[in-house]
Amino acid sequence: MQKPHEPHHTHATDAVDPRPGRTPLSIWFFCGILLLAYGLVLVPTGIYEWHHPPATVLASLHPTVWWGALMTVLGAFYTIRFRPGR
Amino acid sequence: MVIRTAMTLPAMLLQTRQLTSLSGVDIAILLLYFAIVLFIGFYVKDSANTSEEFFLAGREMTAWIAGLSFVSANLGSLELMGWAGAAYQYGILATHWYWIGAIPAMLFLGIVMMPFYYISKTHSVPGYLQLRFGEGARGVSAVSFGVMTILMSGVNMYAMALVMKVVLGWNINFSIWVGAITVAIYVMLGGLRSAIINEVLQFILIWAGAALIPILGLIEAGGWTNLKHQMAANLGSNDYTHLWSTLGSFRDNPMGVHWTGIVFGLGFVISFGYWTTDFLVVQRVLSANNLRAAKMAPIIGAAFKMAVPFIVIVPGLLALAVLRNPDGSIMHLVPESVAAATGQHSYNEVLPLMLIRYCGPGLLGLGITALVAGFMSGMAGNVSAFSTVWTYDIYGAFMNKNASDKHYVFMGRASTVVGMLVSIGTAYLVMHAASIMDYVQALFSFFIAPLFGTVVLGMLWKRATKAGGFYGLLAGTLSSIGMWAWVQRDPGALRIIALSPNAQSMAENLYRALWSWIVCVLVTVIVSYMTRPKTDAELNGLVYGATVIPHDGSTTIWQKPIFWAIVVGTVFFILNLIFW
Repeated sequence: MQKPHEPHHTHATDAVDPRPGRTPLSIWFFCGILLLAYGLVLVPTGIYEWHHPPATVLASLHPTVWWGALMTVLGAFYTIRFRPGR
Repeated sequence: MVIRTAMTLPAMLLQTRQLTSLSGVDIAILLLYFAIVLFIGFYVKDSANTSEEFFLAGREMTAWIAGLSFVSANLGSLELMGWAGAAYQYGILATHWYWIGAIPAMLFLGIVMMPFYYISKTHSVPGYLQLRFGEGARGVSAVSFGVMTILMSGVNMYAMALVMKVVLGWNINFSIWVGAITVAIYVMLGGLRSAIINEVLQFILIWAGAALIPILGLIEAGGWTNLKHQMAANLGSNDYTHLWSTLGSFRDNPMGVHWTGIVFGLGFVISFGYWTTDFLVVQRVLSANNLRAAKMAPIIGAAFKMAVPFIVIVPGLLALAVLRNPDGSIMHLVPESVAAATGQHSYNEVLPLMLIRYCGPGLLGLGITALVAGFMSGMAGNVSAFSTVWTYDIYGAFMNKNASDKHYVFMGRASTVVGMLVSIGTAYLVMHAASIMDYVQALFSFFIAPLFGTVVLGMLWKRATKAGGFYGLLAGTLSSIGMWAWVQRDPGALRIIALSPNAQSMAENLYRALWSWIVCVLVTVIVSYMTRPKTDAELNGLVYGATVIPHDGSTTIWQKPIFWAIVVGTVFFILNLIFW
């Protein structure tokens, strides 16, 4: 048996564009931004729906506001944790 | 093909009513998604200048990203809606396509096969076949994969347009062109890197948009135990909530299958064929930045795959218990053909119906965005895999072998656009002849099982020869086509192929795959023994026994892929016992 090809090694990164000279943006930063933006849309929508509930089942549980709050928290965490230049 | 499930939608086209409409806030959520997708495409275009960057994302992805992308590439909306419908129709048995139909194969890919794909430095699965079996096997594999992939992209496109028409009343032409242009822009600009980023986003979006349905559904049903009782009362049977205990006979379960078909046909041949040789998913793992990441990616993917039934199968089961007509009676969903005639809702509408049941403005937009993201990701996955196979294994292998790297990148971008145009053409073709969609699904199943036979023998058996690999692949594929045509001409042939007079159509796919794999393996073995094998030196880096696999760099037990494979395998085993 012979020695195989060495595996191709490059640097480990989750950056969208890891090129030198350019501020890399992490994929997780994009995920955070998207979740945060959706959370910030859903929370006020949910607050409005608190007083004007939609005609859906279990609307009394106010899922929009709670789901929006969860997405806001998760989105904010990932946005800050993986912010550019960190 | 079975894993890319057969969701047949033609009858939905005939329905004129729409299920719901979007509010301003829903549209804002959808537009936000399109904006970020296009931004990513433009942002990464400067890092897709070499062929390695364009086709393999520079081989820079971490295990987590490659793993999420790997599982997400298969998590298209066609699958989500189709399998939610299957869960309504067949009960929890549909979970087999997510568990035994995926997890063992993913773990096998990570631990056994990935080292060979990775250290051979192949750019594609047909590329590996070329290294192992020569140009003939590569040609058969590349052409069949290229044609099927581009057709599948068109089917995805049409399905998205159809779902948007049925759910929201959108114009079909509008949906096709907006979806196609958006995908073409971000894949053409950023290549695989762009597709992978969007797949990770899509995975998160699907969970964000769909997870509320089972959560609220289980609250409404009063928990899992109450749900089972309600289903049993509504259906008059306990068979819908057992994974294995009803599989002793074809007659004892709603799907009409036997455990041998599930274990050997689905769990072994179809599942291993799809997850270990379909380049659409394998390409994502090839983008990993080192051998350990390449081995870990499918294992991470398997862990997430095990959770998917929560957002796909559970809504289908919940619908059996909680979906009601306006008069309060239990709503009965029906097959597409019946729905077209009676105006009832079909099985495939179960996920949108459950979405509308629980999600008002805002959450509805999130759910619809998740579906759109799933469809677009499906198109992008197919088109990016197509452009790679076209450029490396057809154009670069047979038409222009000595072009510059820059030229191949140009060809990759051009084939993305041309591939997308062919997909659009396919979408319109399917619109006018809906049965084509079924044929495209069937065509996929012709190639996957035999291809697995060829690849696995090539990796694990030194004695397999060039002629053995080629003729085995050819014979397996032809036998699969032959069996399919036989059942098309004479439905009675199903009892022979599935070895039981009680077998139903789902069993045909499972047993046809099994037989075609056996034919492929037998022919490969026989022809290989009749022809001269390659030397160990020629097989270095390609075959078990002729290759010293390099250490993957893991030092602690927490870094070892085999440790995590055992953890995932144990959870898989326990889950099957719980829902036995």
